[in-house]
Amino acid sequence: MSQKILLTSKEVNIILHRLACQLIEKHLDFSDTILIGLQPRGSFLAKRLAKILKEEYQIATIQMGLLDITFFRDDFRRGEKPLEANKTEIDFIVEDKKVVFIDDVLYTGRSIRSALTAIQSFGRPAEIELLVLIDRRFSRHLPIQPDYRGRQVDAINDEKVKVCWIENDGEDAVYLDTTTQNKST
Amino acid sequence: MSELTVNHLLGIKYLQPEDINLIFETADHFKEVINRPIKKVPSLRDITIANIFFENSTRTKLSFELAQKRLSADVISFSAAQSSVKKGETLIDTVNNILSMKVDMVVMRHSNPGAAYFLSKNVKASIINAGDGAHEHPTQALLDSYSIREKLGDVAGKKVVIVGDILHSRVALSNIFALQMQGAEVKVCGPNSLIPKHIESLGVKVEPNLRKALAWCDVANMLRVQNERMDVNYFPSTREYAQQYGLDKELLDSLDKEIVIMHPGPINRGVEITSDVADSKQSVILNQVENGVAIRMAVIYLLASKIK
Repeated sequence: MSQKILLTSKEVNIILHRLACQLIEKHLDFSDTILIGLQPRGSFLAKRLAKILKEEYQIATIQMGLLDITFFRDDFRRGEKPLEANKTEIDFIVEDKKVVFIDDVLYTGRSIRSALTAIQSFGRPAEIELLVLIDRRFSRHLPIQPDYRGRQVDAINDEKVKVCWIENDGEDAVYLDTTTQNKST
Repeated sequence: MSELTVNHLLGIKYLQPEDINLIFETADHFKEVINRPIKKVPSLRDITIANIFFENSTRTKLSFELAQKRLSADVISFSAAQSSVKKGETLIDTVNNILSMKVDMVVMRHSNPGAAYFLSKNVKASIINAGDGAHEHPTQALLDSYSIREKLGDVAGKKVVIVGDILHSRVALSNIFALQMQGAEVKVCGPNSLIPKHIESLGVKVEPNLRKALAWCDVANMLRVQNERMDVNYFPSTREYAQQYGLDKELLDSLDKEIVIMHPGPINRGVEITSDVADSKQSVILNQVENGVAIRMAVIYLLASKIK
């Protein structure tokens, strides 16, 4: 397998702190803000950012939820296998709140489109922003761009960007895998 | 596993234990969806489903329709009483005419056992059996097991007694298959005339005494006496049936443990179960109805994902 490291653990850590600071710059005390991690992989990034904001920047309360977009995807019955759902954990409504979607990789933009529809089940947010760790440039199928990005990557279509988290994969790192077909969005 | 092993839901006996797990896991997600402020997802917006009911139904039909609408499917519903079936049209002709209107899935209730199986062999659509005579009612058994799992944590190892008219009950047969497949122990209880001969061959024990059956079980599923399927008298009177096989609060409170009370509906209050039992905190009857929508959403979603 041919694999190239894009971000080391140290670089991931620096980027997370920068993203946290950018969020504070815009959202101040987060009183009207809700962080929404997109399931499955965005949840790790959302939880990590919430932890940094609380523990290192003393933001007292961070409201956070996890949103699964499976039933809102536009490729139902178009793949070989059925889409497997994950848990949605949103026990509040987002009416008039500032919502920040958080995902690990922005690729075609179709997941974000699904999330924009899915979040409406929980109310009408005042605004929605997008934060991603990796922005895969030149791969978009829809006019969707991030408001906060960790790193922009120029990867071609059959390369896969793999984001690893210490709590799930044993290390914090981002790899570019050039041998597998990329199906992620 | 992310895919059902079957293309139709004709009965529990055609499923594998993994299918039941997958349906339950998917239903967990849909249960969360139907408790949102907006309870609808767009997954099935390009799927059309026909609900064909040759027998009366309130709960099952409403539950299926609601499940389909929550998934954004297009739905047509059809009751045999107002249809050309009365003019002599055959089942296959009726269904094929409906399928010509580009229907992808058929949910059917029919009074003949095997009707759904027959249909699945003869028409090109995904078939869900919503009850075929005294044969099977798979979605009811699934929602019953799901409700037990929700209340007691697991179905495996639990003791379940099914009380009442076992002879005419498709709910009983599907429940026996579903509960055993998940590792529960099943007994049936009722008047001898309403217990099918050779039911022991399914691995089920018969307990004619209701008090003993209740003392043994963790869950009691109280079935309705199906007068509409009885061509002769199976017991002397409704009053006598209620005295021997009806569950009242006094009997329930006399047990040394709290058992879970289920009923597939419709309830004949005062016959198989009294009002105070049906409305007690041990009863999960209304949870069963709520879970029915989530289970049916899961079944429809998983079968629809296999339609090419």
